Amino acid sequence: MAAFLELRGVGKGFGKGAARMEVLANIDLQVARGELVAIVGYSGAGKTTLVSLMAGLTAPDHGSIRLAGEPVTGPGADRGVVFQNYSLLPWLTAYENVHLAVDQRFGDWSKEKKREHAEKHLALVNLAPARDKRPSELSGGMRQRVALARALATDPEVLLMDEPLSALDALTRATLQDEIARIWETSKKTVVLITNDVDEALLLADRIIPLSVGPAATLGPPVAVPIPRPRDRKTMNHDARFKAVRNQVIEYLLGPGRRRGGAEPTAAPVALATASAPADGPAQAPAQASTSADTVVAA
Amino acid sequence: MSKPKSRLDISSLLLPALGGLLLLLLWAITSGTVSKNLPSPAKTWEVSRPFVVAPFEKRGELDQGVARFAWYSLILVAKGYAIALLLGAPLGFILGWSKLFAKSFDPIIQVLRPVSPLAWLPLGLVLFEKSHPAALFTIAICAMWPTVLNTALGVRSIPQDYLNVAKVLQLSPTKTFFKVLLPAALPYMFTGFRLSLGIAWLVIVAVEMLTGTPGIGGFLWQEYNSLIYEHIILCILTIGIVGFVLDRLMSAVELRLKAV
Repeated sequence: MAAFLELRGVGKGFGKGAARMEVLANIDLQVARGELVAIVGYSGAGKTTLVSLMAGLTAPDHGSIRLAGEPVTGPGADRGVVFQNYSLLPWLTAYENVHLAVDQRFGDWSKEKKREHAEKHLALVNLAPARDKRPSELSGGMRQRVALARALATDPEVLLMDEPLSALDALTRATLQDEIARIWETSKKTVVLITNDVDEALLLADRIIPLSVGPAATLGPPVAVPIPRPRDRKTMNHDARFKAVRNQVIEYLLGPGRRRGGAEPTAAPVALATASAPADGPAQAPAQASTSADTVVAA
Repeated sequence: MSKPKSRLDISSLLLPALGGLLLLLLWAITSGTVSKNLPSPAKTWEVSRPFVVAPFEKRGELDQGVARFAWYSLILVAKGYAIALLLGAPLGFILGWSKLFAKSFDPIIQVLRPVSPLAWLPLGLVLFEKSHPAALFTIAICAMWPTVLNTALGVRSIPQDYLNVAKVLQLSPTKTFFKVLLPAALPYMFTGFRLSLGIAWLVIVAVEMLTGTPGIGGFLWQEYNSLIYEHIILCILTIGIVGFVLDRLMSAVELRLKAV
């Protein structure tokens, strides 16, 4: 499997001296082109930090991140990000939010083409009727659709999704999961989906990788999901294959993954480089690490 | 806003009217008993009548309708206020954006901010040697601080999320500024603009008194010197009403901005 997106020995911490806390340590991850990988972990384990690193919003303290062989040094058009809290600009309408991204990405296009492209992506997430509504007039699920349309409209090679559905109610969540599955089937983009919901990962992912509890959270052994698509959420609770994968993931999260630093001795190489600059301030201080297992097991 | 509040609406008209009547009564009693120099309400109205009934009339340089005087003042305020915003908003932006800049200049701003217009005006006269630019200088330098501080606060309060969006979408600096930073900071900035306008209107009277510029404050001082005390009260009321209207207008715009 040729790695398209590759993280090697990535580590990241915040703070200085005694107050310093390592959030992520020894993160090794390979994602193939067109693959949908789900990273499942505890709240506060550093999932958002991991997305920030891959998005190029923060630089790792150790290790390297490469996309198609090229080192990631900052944000780029090749990566689209869907943020946990939507991060739509509230003074712009749904259309304007998407159009802003299109306008920046495809600056040389004609006005007409940009408009069509933005509208096409709004339609893709079933939001054409809400075109001229501002985020405050939209429900949480609709906002996340706009955010998804915005990310897709820039036609990135990799889509990074940071707990995109965690703020939604169960029904909206299920609908959007189906839509993400549908969109992914047609676009075949490389996707890294960060989530705290094992079943969401089971439904969507080719591979599930558990993230151990922080501080110094690290990735556990990947678990393949060898279940053909489209997957039916109704069969999830009694289908043996679903059960087997779910058990593997949960066993790690409640077992080795619950201990600091993941504990399980992986064959991963230790941090190779310590070159990069120190953390640039506490801007992205991690949320308080919570070890409550219920977020993971709930299903 | 919900509509069915007819009871509240009556009291919201009735109570202020009652308050006004009480004050009028107090004024009438005071002028008749304790302070004989204070013109009574009736006398004030009688003497002020020509200035109010024909507010835009110009009978002579020193004898003009009260709205005309207020208009002169408003023009001067508008100019000084414009300078205050043009200086204050960019200064606030830099102050909010750069920690280094904020650390270097914040103490100075905190020291200059409470200085009275009466103290700035002589310095303005020294610098510009003429009363008109000195007046503008005084209005601008007194009025700009709320704009500076609120703009800086607005810039500091821009959520990291929006900055991340700008970075991830790789918006150009110009686009980041106009599409993200400015709209995000604007509600705060407008609070500053409103407070600045209030101060500019406060300063104008002092400035006109000291420089003898025609306007509502200049008129007030001139009528004091001419011993027409009724007009002092007329001027005070006019200044208050104009200030109130200005504040309401700015609040309306501010509310619209914050509604987004």
